[in-house]
Amino acid sequence: MSAVLSLAWKSLMNRKGSVILTLVAVALSVALFLGVDKARTGAREGFGNTISGTDLIVGAPTGSVNLLLYSVFRMGNATAEVSWPTYQKIADRPDVAWTVPISLGDSHRGFRVLGTTNDYFVHYKYGRRQPLKLAEGAEFSDLFDAVIGADVARELGYEIGTPLVLSHGLGAASLGAGHENRPFRVVGILAPTGTPVDRTVHVSLEAITAIHVGWETGAKNPLADTINEKMIRSFDLTPKTITAFFVGLERKGTILTTRRAINTNKGEPLMAIIPGEALAELWSVTAFAERALMAVSVFVIAVGLVSILTSILTSLNERRREMSILRAVGARPGHIFSLLVLEAGLVGFLGAVVGILLIHAILLVAGPMVEARYGVSLAGTGPGLTDLYTLLAVTLASLLIGMVPAWAAFRRSLADGLSVKV
Amino acid sequence: MTDLAIQIDGLRFAWKGNAPVLDVPAFTLARGERLFLRGPSGSGKSTLLGVIAGVLEADAGKVSVLGQDLASLSSSARDRMRADHLGVIFQMFNLVPYLSVVGNVTLPLKFSAARRKAVGGDAEAEAKRLLGRLGLTDEALLERRVSDLSVGQQQRVAAARALIGAPEIVIADEPTSALDADARDRFITLLSEEAARTGAALLFVSHDASLARLFDRAVDLAEINRAGVKA
Repeated sequence: MSAVLSLAWKSLMNRKGSVILTLVAVALSVALFLGVDKARTGAREGFGNTISGTDLIVGAPTGSVNLLLYSVFRMGNATAEVSWPTYQKIADRPDVAWTVPISLGDSHRGFRVLGTTNDYFVHYKYGRRQPLKLAEGAEFSDLFDAVIGADVARELGYEIGTPLVLSHGLGAASLGAGHENRPFRVVGILAPTGTPVDRTVHVSLEAITAIHVGWETGAKNPLADTINEKMIRSFDLTPKTITAFFVGLERKGTILTTRRAINTNKGEPLMAIIPGEALAELWSVTAFAERALMAVSVFVIAVGLVSILTSILTSLNERRREMSILRAVGARPGHIFSLLVLEAGLVGFLGAVVGILLIHAILLVAGPMVEARYGVSLAGTGPGLTDLYTLLAVTLASLLIGMVPAWAAFRRSLADGLSVKV
Repeated sequence: MTDLAIQIDGLRFAWKGNAPVLDVPAFTLARGERLFLRGPSGSGKSTLLGVIAGVLEADAGKVSVLGQDLASLSSSARDRMRADHLGVIFQMFNLVPYLSVVGNVTLPLKFSAARRKAVGGDAEAEAKRLLGRLGLTDEALLERRVSDLSVGQQQRVAAARALIGAPEIVIADEPTSALDADARDRFITLLSEEAARTGAALLFVSHDASLARLFDRAVDLAEINRAGVKA
């Protein structure tokens, strides 16, 4: 077999030009397939890493995916709010260890604003239960303090002490509809997390109430500007409603009963979701698109493999003489068969290896850019089992596909005998 | 053990659905004998060689190579027989284009343990020795692509390949038809000498009757083949 393998190798080297073209086709198809797969895994991991250590997320009844999306990923909007007394009732439950209320709805130059308490910095965890860390400055202590995510600071060039004005709603720069009269000040900048926290401006819950004084109808009351900061500070700024809250339990074992208790809350209807469960539900929604994408890239690999088949089949005629010579010096039909199968296998194997190297080189270069732009981390997708399995599958498939020309050559070598036709 | 390298009795062969090409009542080649088999093209020479080499199966009759009845062997056993005991030289285009000169000469050793054993350790040295005997001594020439060699050089490489590992029978099918007269005589002399040295029987087939003088014995295929097909 090793004799035939070395023959196959030399034969390929002799046809370098066309072999390299075939190899490139296979390599590109493998790189595309792995690229799609890695983007998919990267996105999943990125999403999965966004929240950890939180047992339940509670909000007004809506779809569980929707609640997860707006509370954790800052995507979409809440359709209803949770009243402060109801929140406090849940927070006071004996099986609840901690809660972090959040209030959404405002923005700053395209970044979402999250009203919360300093508990957020204690209990919100991401990745492998990593807490948020301040790169600079401190948590909020004054009413108009803001703690900004790493991306906000970087993209807007903000530093500690930079003043900022929030806008009502999510418009990038809704002049006139803003909270210009209530400027904030950056007091803290968070270290990068690779989660939506990086793109969030955090302020206190009271500040959210404060800037909405005079906005009780949903639009700005012309008299709002007559209320000065001193007056506001004297108001009771306890929020009337919040958007949602995160819950940590005393004991994990009670998670299902606690959830049921919250979901069947008497009075104001509530909905509690388990983050992991909601994520799984989200994946079941995206799975269809993912499968379609994977199917397309599998077909691209198939096209790459067919190009192996074509290149070998077209070379068979001109190699008829070579086969006769090999037969004459004692090669059995099996040798001819395995020669062609091995040629196909070698091209498939090398193509897959080049494709794997290619995609990793691309990830190395483009990974940081993708992460910066889309928040999808591809860094954790170094060479892994998927690459190995892909390599094996492509090699195996090319060996199988090589059997087609091998069979043709095998039949022909039996019929041709020793008579070498010119 | 028999003294006959090749023995044919009542061989008949026809390509599927066609008139018989071969009808050979008797033919023998003794061990170490150098036989000239004359036959014009289309007289069934190549078919006869295919039968002897065991890649074609006779429809009737008995073909024995080194005392082994080919009909009693499986096709893979016939392949092994050919690998171990037969060297073949074609009319032209004898060489595998992607192998070096030495790689072409040592090619049979890849398929035959018996010939590997006959060569002993260093196959490359043996290939170079044989090439040297056949007048290819230039090291630079041995490094060239085989397609860059002249036809005469290619045929000598093919001869070295047929001789390596000392097979008992060397079959040459019009190996000199592309050579000029001088080169042709020199080639046949060298081939004969080397065959004699290794003790191989030489079955040399050509349409050119003038070559018969260079051999121990000459046979006309038209005389032994009753099918006598002219294509």
